[in-house]
Amino acid sequence: MTKIVVLVKEVPDAAVQKQVDSSTGRLDRSGEKTLNPFDTHAIEAALQLKESGALDVDEVVAVTVGPSSAVKALHKAVSLGADRSIHLTDDALVGSDVVGTGYALAELIKRESPDLVLAGQQSDDGQSYAVGAAVAEYLGWPGLTQVIKLDVDGQTLTCERQAEYGYDTVKVTLPAVISVGDAINEPRYPSLKAIMGAKKKPLESLSLGDAEIDASKVGEAGRKAVWTGSQEPPAKAAGELIEDEDTAETVEKIVAWLDDRKLI
Amino acid sequence: MSHDPTLNPGDVLGLDADLRDDEREVRDTTRRLVREKLLPNVAEWFEQATVPVELMREFGALGLLGLHLDGYGCAGASPTAYGLVCQELEAGDTGLRSLVSVQGSLAMFPIHRFGSDEQKDEWLPRMATGEAIGCFGLTEPDSGSDPGSMRTTARRDGTDWILHGQKMWITNGSIADVAVVWARTDDGIRGFVVPTDTKGFSTQDIHGKLSLRASITSELLLDDVRLPETAMLPGARGLGGPLTVLGEARLGICFGVAGAARACLEAAVDYARTREQFGKPIGAFQLTQGKLAEMVSRVAAAQLLALRLGRMKEAGTLTPDHVSLGKYSNVSSALEVARTARTILGGNGITLEYPVMRHAANLETVLTYEGTHEVHALVLGKALTGISAFT
Repeated sequence: MTKIVVLVKEVPDAAVQKQVDSSTGRLDRSGEKTLNPFDTHAIEAALQLKESGALDVDEVVAVTVGPSSAVKALHKAVSLGADRSIHLTDDALVGSDVVGTGYALAELIKRESPDLVLAGQQSDDGQSYAVGAAVAEYLGWPGLTQVIKLDVDGQTLTCERQAEYGYDTVKVTLPAVISVGDAINEPRYPSLKAIMGAKKKPLESLSLGDAEIDASKVGEAGRKAVWTGSQEPPAKAAGELIEDEDTAETVEKIVAWLDDRKLI
Repeated sequence: MSHDPTLNPGDVLGLDADLRDDEREVRDTTRRLVREKLLPNVAEWFEQATVPVELMREFGALGLLGLHLDGYGCAGASPTAYGLVCQELEAGDTGLRSLVSVQGSLAMFPIHRFGSDEQKDEWLPRMATGEAIGCFGLTEPDSGSDPGSMRTTARRDGTDWILHGQKMWITNGSIADVAVVWARTDDGIRGFVVPTDTKGFSTQDIHGKLSLRASITSELLLDDVRLPETAMLPGARGLGGPLTVLGEARLGICFGVAGAARACLEAAVDYARTREQFGKPIGAFQLTQGKLAEMVSRVAAAQLLALRLGRMKEAGTLTPDHVSLGKYSNVSSALEVARTARTILGGNGITLEYPVMRHAANLETVLTYEGTHEVHALVLGKALTGISAFT
């Protein structure tokens, strides 16, 4: 029997303007929040492994570290198909950086001893792309990122990674931590019945003490990354608008424009 | 002077804040379904006067069918959650909302409320998944607002029932696996669960509709349809049965038409801000702004009314008078909004490229189905004065 842990995160809704709070140096995460859309691909990947029988999955567990409001993200994860969820929440976690979050998640994962950990490629707010790798490091397990295809053969996973230069095919033996690219699948719609039933699925809420996590390694106390300042990206010059009055002429103009810049 | 808009036509009054998390999730999921899977195709379905039957399986898998019922594979959602689903579906098209509300409220609900355990076990789980489609037969060619005048009869033959008659304007009639048919018996009006493959049962689709085109409307012909004793709904006696069922469906209409109106307002605002005439957006003209102000008032009131009715239903304080008020007020508002939106969109407004004429045409049906505007006026008049003016 196989257990899959999926790492999830609550993030500000895509429509919310994101900015750094200069007094704390942290992202301002106020406003409407939702489940990190990239994580839905990890949940979908777990469910597909379970439903296809590729792995003999008996449980998919969603795990998050976050404030009390993050329960909503866990409800969403179980409404998508996770069997239960774990929420690590503690005031001492506030201000954790990627390394601290990775450590805390790894400790939670150890309690569950799953065979596979899946994560989204990035969070929609912090966008470090690195939590999965930090978790793998703390667990001492193989870690892969940007995986867009997963083939299972016993305890071996053949993964296709999307890299800047093309595709890597990598074999790993379970247990492993894999963050999936958003090209891996199309996440399903949560069933409305599952949404209504989400609050009834088991949700374990833990403090640092409950999970025996070292408070000095997380939050402000364990923080290694320090925000020093930010600036607006340089303004871009406005583009050139070509009115399409005569299509042949428009095409000529576009070709000339590209040609000028040695793009074709 | 031009600024960013400060009112969101999608939720003018910030009613989102009054919804529970699960209600919001249900709403958002349905909205996504409509945007991704239905809106890209609905104009074509409307033009071809059809709706794909396969949608029922998809809706079933998602849990839309019988959403507000308990057990039998249904989600047991709140009436408000069910209403919000109707609102989102009808923001797509009234035909899509009708597909779901006929299944859930008109066919599944009477079996759930009035049926025997055997009837429930046989039909509800399959109807919840969309494997079996249901329809509701009350209206007849000569019996509309006055259902008490129905001519369809059910007579005893030994322990069997023999149904004979004709039902008209039946949504999903020809694609149904089961029809909930109301008929006159020696014991008053009773409901029957009729498998549509029973000998003597046939249907004929109604063609040439200029409204509700993305929906199948049929006539049911019952030519001495022989049914076992167990086909009768044991819990419904008299006209109260079908009227209760219609009350259930009308709550979905109150929400649904608010969705259609919202879609029209959004289309009109978008168009008014981008369409230029006389060197400026038509939204910069006072006449257009006057129209938008009228529309947004109607939309906000309709949304507020629908939500209030949903909450009253949950609290157990909703009466048929309230539902009549909701249908009377919201349908006429939505129709007015759709027609006004059409004028803002000018010639574009009459095409299927834009949703407004489609909604306006659909709402003409909603104005008279499930209780005509006039009948609901009489209900309200009676409720206020204590004097019945029906006859």
